[in-house]
Amino acid sequence: MYTQALNTAETADRDLEDAGKAAQFQARIDAEERIEPNDWMPAAYRKTLTRQISQHAHSEIVGMLPEGNWITRAPTLRRKAALLAKVQDECGHGLYLYAAAETLGSSREELVDAMLAGKAKYSSIFNYPTLTWADIGTIGWLVDGAAIMNQIPLCRCSYGPYARAMIRVCKEESFHQRQGYEIMVTLCRGSEEQKAMAQDALNRWWWPVLMMFGPPDATSQHSDTSTKWKIKRFSNDELRQKFVDATVPQAQYLGLTIPDPGMIQDADGHWRYSEIDWTEFKQVLAGNGPCNRDRMAARRKAHEEGAWVREAAASYAAKRARRQTAQAAE
Amino acid sequence: MSCANIQVSETPLVLYALRRADDALILGHRLSEWCGHAPMLEEDMALSNIALDLIGQARELYTFAAKVEGRDNDEDKLAYLRDVRQYRNLLLVEQPNGDFAQTLVRQFFYSAFADLYWRAMMNSRDATLAAIAAKSEKESAYHLRHASEWIIRLGDGTEESHARTQGAIDHLWAFTGEMFAVDDGERALIHAGIAVDPASLRGRWLATLSDVTREATLAPPQNEWMQQGGRSGRHSEHLGHLLSELQSMQRTFPGLTW
Repeated sequence: MYTQALNTAETADRDLEDAGKAAQFQARIDAEERIEPNDWMPAAYRKTLTRQISQHAHSEIVGMLPEGNWITRAPTLRRKAALLAKVQDECGHGLYLYAAAETLGSSREELVDAMLAGKAKYSSIFNYPTLTWADIGTIGWLVDGAAIMNQIPLCRCSYGPYARAMIRVCKEESFHQRQGYEIMVTLCRGSEEQKAMAQDALNRWWWPVLMMFGPPDATSQHSDTSTKWKIKRFSNDELRQKFVDATVPQAQYLGLTIPDPGMIQDADGHWRYSEIDWTEFKQVLAGNGPCNRDRMAARRKAHEEGAWVREAAASYAAKRARRQTAQAAE
Repeated sequence: MSCANIQVSETPLVLYALRRADDALILGHRLSEWCGHAPMLEEDMALSNIALDLIGQARELYTFAAKVEGRDNDEDKLAYLRDVRQYRNLLLVEQPNGDFAQTLVRQFFYSAFADLYWRAMMNSRDATLAAIAAKSEKESAYHLRHASEWIIRLGDGTEESHARTQGAIDHLWAFTGEMFAVDDGERALIHAGIAVDPASLRGRWLATLSDVTREATLAPPQNEWMQQGGRSGRHSEHLGHLLSELQSMQRTFPGLTW
């Protein structure tokens, strides 16, 4: 899964930095060197990355919910095991990304608290509901497909721990994408009811998936710094176009119709899509998507109901440490 | 696949495999309910992982049962098209997750048994069951370690975690007797060297329980009454709800390929 282009580079405190160090830092980035946790970096670079990586981690964790919604209802044992393994992978990505974010100096607890308090974002695609089994196929096919499009360039991100995390995450995402597409193939080769289920899911997910790439370049404010720092290598619109061009033939193979009557293929072979309804995107970002409240409530519930368990684990660890110290003293 | 219940010819060996398959599926299903909702991400991972192992065991056992039965049933028909009265799992594994302590105590009781059981089953005269046992034994050993560590942490953690865990032990204890019960069909399989006599595992199972609960500062349960019935399809009310969710797709859209 993926965090969309929500990150905003902080520029205000950059002036405070040593100009010489900053120049050296930029020279390293320009030379395609990786920045590592102990290296000097501008405060704004640290802040931008902490925000982006933690948003990405939150997205993985919240992203477990819409798909988790079908684990107990998967139609066959093989599908049940595959879906459970997939959602477990997402959790692993989340853990991995929190660890990458921690190398920048914030703890997982702080980052999670910010998300639970509604201060940190996660990808708004997860604020849409999974209503039928075809949604599970569609999420794998399109949502993971879009995530891969976004994340492959991040494998070359200037920040070493993030880039390395992305390499591993991309491998698993590509497996998920194939798995999702295979669900779609099975549905589209099935009964009329199954085909209709697949088409309905595509109709509902298509536009929100296009929104995953973030606002159009013309209105995107913060890409410049991220591009200079080689956190971002392609613009939102470039990635979106790449995704659409890759996806249209896949939909055609399935015999499904992209819910965009205005879509045409231009002379260069690119599929030109109609204008995206950015009002919907803004509404979902503002907390008014169909599932924003449910997702946050589910995460908060898990966190609150798990508090006594985490306290018990901490208390036991402390007791054991005390006993070991006492034993060593004897 | 039609959405009506299938009929299964429950010869002793088919029934034997079905019972273990149902245990694994129902417990795996219960654990999978935690995915996305656990007290910490590490436990989302661990509980899902254990669920995956169990669902994998269930699939192998159903496939074996279907083959022994020799009709046209398969793993999915056995899982999705039998109703509550046809399910053969232990009452223990269908009990709701409750809080984390209840889930872990249920897992601990089951895994402490499964670990011994699968190790012994590696010597089964049935080659398929012996092979399933060899794989399941490795998994169960990890499940038991995970559950034991949590029982100790929770029991010897805070006052609250101690009380919750003690409560779970007292509550779930009555469902453990069934693990050691044997009917005539199973008795014959035991004599033939295909099955293991669970009574022969009880002493070691109790020893594991006693070691872990002692370290966890928990008290042994007082009530000696044991609930029975799961093995012959007399379940608690909880199983029907679980199955209605588990089977909803196959019941709603009969006969399709997914």
